[in-house]
Amino acid sequence: MKRLRYLLPLIIVAVLGGFMMIGLSLDPRRVPSPLVDQPAPRFQLPALEDPERVVGSNDFDGEVVLLNIWASWCVSCRQEHQVLVALANQGVPIYGLNYKDERGDGLAYLRSMSNPYVWNAHDLEGRVGIDWGVYGTPETFVIDHQGRIRYKHVGPLSWQDARDTVLPMVEQLRREAL
Amino acid sequence: MKSLLTALGLCLTLCLPGLSLAGGLDPTDFDDPVLEQRYRAMLHELRCTVCQNQSLADSDAGLARDLRRELRDQLRAGATDAQIIDYMVARYGQFVLYRPPLSAATFLLWAGPFILLLIGLAALYLTARRSHRRDEQPVADAAARERARRLLNEGKDA
Repeated sequence: MKRLRYLLPLIIVAVLGGFMMIGLSLDPRRVPSPLVDQPAPRFQLPALEDPERVVGSNDFDGEVVLLNIWASWCVSCRQEHQVLVALANQGVPIYGLNYKDERGDGLAYLRSMSNPYVWNAHDLEGRVGIDWGVYGTPETFVIDHQGRIRYKHVGPLSWQDARDTVLPMVEQLRREAL
Repeated sequence: MKSLLTALGLCLTLCLPGLSLAGGLDPTDFDDPVLEQRYRAMLHELRCTVCQNQSLADSDAGLARDLRRELRDQLRAGATDAQIIDYMVARYGQFVLYRPPLSAATFLLWAGPFILLLIGLAALYLTARRSHRRDEQPVADAAARERARRLLNEGKDA
């Protein structure tokens, strides 16, 4: 009993330290999205490529697709760009939401690199972004054939994310759709 | 003294931009003062989701500005406070609420300080009772007390 009294502070410190260690490994920027497993918000916007053309969620109904939110001012979007190109080359349809960007800047960005997107919706005011719960570009949503969001990735996709998470997920969702 | 004044002045200078920022957030053009007041109140209820520990009222981040615009639009469209909160939570999760609601997941957050207080009070009570009991115990037997009395009286006799 007496020994326990001296051990008690040590135990308390160890428990507190344990919690703090866990806290260190948590990323406060990763906020779980309540939109996962919910129907994707519908939208209609002018296309970045052609302001006369209207694009929107109708275009990918019944398909397993990625929706990538990007902007020319977003540095980490450049970081993930080649990963998106590789995914598109493997037959994954990627739709882009150009978020709070000037049309000219967005188009110049696409011209300077290869373009992995089927189309890009131009969300100049960021309203569609808010509807999708966007809080940091880039963000990538995986949407199933029923139009539900099945996965959300915040931040640049790494090669590893693409290989270990996104591609297997797309393949699995395609099997579900059969 | 002089250095103290300098430090105070420096503090004030550093604080001032923050103060003016809080007052000068984007112009609101509510005709209805009630709506304006609800808008001001809601600003403090909602978190700027990109800037961790700032409410929408405190932040000048692009997203905070957009969320304020959304808030104004919805207020003008006649949405109730509860509807707006639901809208935000559906998109950004409970993280968007500056005051997390009481639920199973947040129980420790809300009750934790009180539980710790109770533990502290219990420890205080137990310690106090133990030392009190020690005081009550007769310090010595009759012979020792007799000797003490004699020692105390020695001075008087002399």
